[in-house]
Amino acid sequence: MQSTPGQAADQPVISLRGATASLGSRPVLRGVDLTVHRGEVVALLGANGSGKSTAVRAVVGQVPLADGELSLFGTDFKRFRAWSRIGYVPQRTTAAGGVPATVREVVSAGRLARSRFGLLRKADKDAVSRALSLVDMDAYADASVNALSGGQHQRVLIARALAVEPELLIMDEPMAGVDLANQAVLAHALRTQVAAGTTVLLVLHELGPLEPLIDRAVVLRDGCVVHDGPPPEALGQHALPGHDHVHPHAAHDAEPQRTGLLS
Amino acid sequence: MDLLDYPFMVRALIAAALVGITAPAIGTYLVQRRQAVMGDGLGHVAMTGVALGFVLNTSPVWMATLVAVVGAVGMELIRSRGKTSGDVALAMLFYGGLAGGVMIISVGGGSTAKLLSAMFGSITTVATEDVTAVAVLSAFVLAVTIGLRRQLFAVCQDEEFARVTGLPVRLLNLLIMVTAAVTVTVAMRIVGLLLVSAMMVIPVAAAQRVTRGFTATLSLAMAIGLVVSLTGTVTTYYVEAPSGAAIVLLAIGVFMAMTALSTPLARRRAKAARAAEEVCTRDDVKV
Repeated sequence: MQSTPGQAADQPVISLRGATASLGSRPVLRGVDLTVHRGEVVALLGANGSGKSTAVRAVVGQVPLADGELSLFGTDFKRFRAWSRIGYVPQRTTAAGGVPATVREVVSAGRLARSRFGLLRKADKDAVSRALSLVDMDAYADASVNALSGGQHQRVLIARALAVEPELLIMDEPMAGVDLANQAVLAHALRTQVAAGTTVLLVLHELGPLEPLIDRAVVLRDGCVVHDGPPPEALGQHALPGHDHVHPHAAHDAEPQRTGLLS
Repeated sequence: MDLLDYPFMVRALIAAALVGITAPAIGTYLVQRRQAVMGDGLGHVAMTGVALGFVLNTSPVWMATLVAVVGAVGMELIRSRGKTSGDVALAMLFYGGLAGGVMIISVGGGSTAKLLSAMFGSITTVATEDVTAVAVLSAFVLAVTIGLRRQLFAVCQDEEFARVTGLPVRLLNLLIMVTAAVTVTVAMRIVGLLLVSAMMVIPVAAAQRVTRGFTATLSLAMAIGLVVSLTGTVTTYYVEAPSGAAIVLLAIGVFMAMTALSTPLARRRAKAARAAEEVCTRDDVKV
């Protein structure tokens, strides 16, 4: 996608068009269109294996596209270098590695997007402290991540993305395996970010406590977009994609390139 | 001390100090990305370089460095592809290196006994030009492992996140493996190629019994490495034994001591953590 600098302001933050991708020989994305505008909070929903995780990983360049176009902040992905505008929370169950690390050390890794060389300056340390207090982990800053609970691991991973001070937050299942108390903390952190104007794209299994924040939901099934609009009401287990508000199989099987309802 | 009157002993102690610091420094990153075994593989591959050095009458240290670096690049390429057959490919590279070394030195008219000191280390084999080579290579290893520690930490902790922050992850991964290869040849004279991996892993394992943070683990592992390396080298001045064996056994002793020390420490921390947890949960429910 070509862009001229003058248009950058009204360009969508994320523009993915006709994306196809395979993992091994299995097609996982079959013509996905996904557009996210500045200030929007978009949830990507779908059952396991629907391609929602692959779609966000494609957006941050971690899954190569077989076909389709991707641009971020109006810049074609191949020429995109402004990584400090993006905070990414990959799908993880743990923030720990093979060697102990403190919460502060893990969260400080987010600052590398801004200070690629050199030491942590005061601005970096302040940003790390702010990120830690946003997810209510200040008290654990010098604790080892190995000693944390599952919900606290997610809070650390989100703090690491917030430490980037991003304009766009991309999160892959941030609520997976997180208990209600921790979900409330994360919802509060996200609300603060959204109020400050951050654009958010997040993969969710169900809307849960984040529902009031979501502007738009994009539902995937079998690698195709089957819904793009207001969040489906009362999205419980029985209302998951594949049960209602979806189009018949034949439609996307016949024309996988054009199933995106955005176009 | 009378042992410092012998020039060979001074050279051995300098080399031992450098090994003790550098091996745990790069080892920390290998352990962090759960590839403790890579150092062992590089040691095996370097054997071909040592044999080539003997046969071609060039410096075994530089030849081993060259071959180990080539092997390291190969290993990183296999690893980064992430294929399931990568395991088998790595095994072939490891044992091919070892077998190649033995074959080259036999065919080249040397005795495989020459390889023995390279395998297990010997304080009497550190030549003057070796000290220079080891010092230069150590400077490189320390510049990478300390100078780039934030970047390397991020890459070893979470590769995907590191890529999305825009770090040149492929280059940094390659740098880790090349640095590990260089460390292998730094350690060759004192610890030996078959035991070098122990010096990359055991001080780190010992340190992390008592540490909570990454920088703390890195620093303590280097301190432990320095102490056991010097102590082991001095020991083999008095006791007729390969220096590598003495150093590695000492390192294991330190690991066991740290483990004994860590049990009461862990219990106390767990208690403190439980107390903190309770307070925190109550707060969360109120919100």
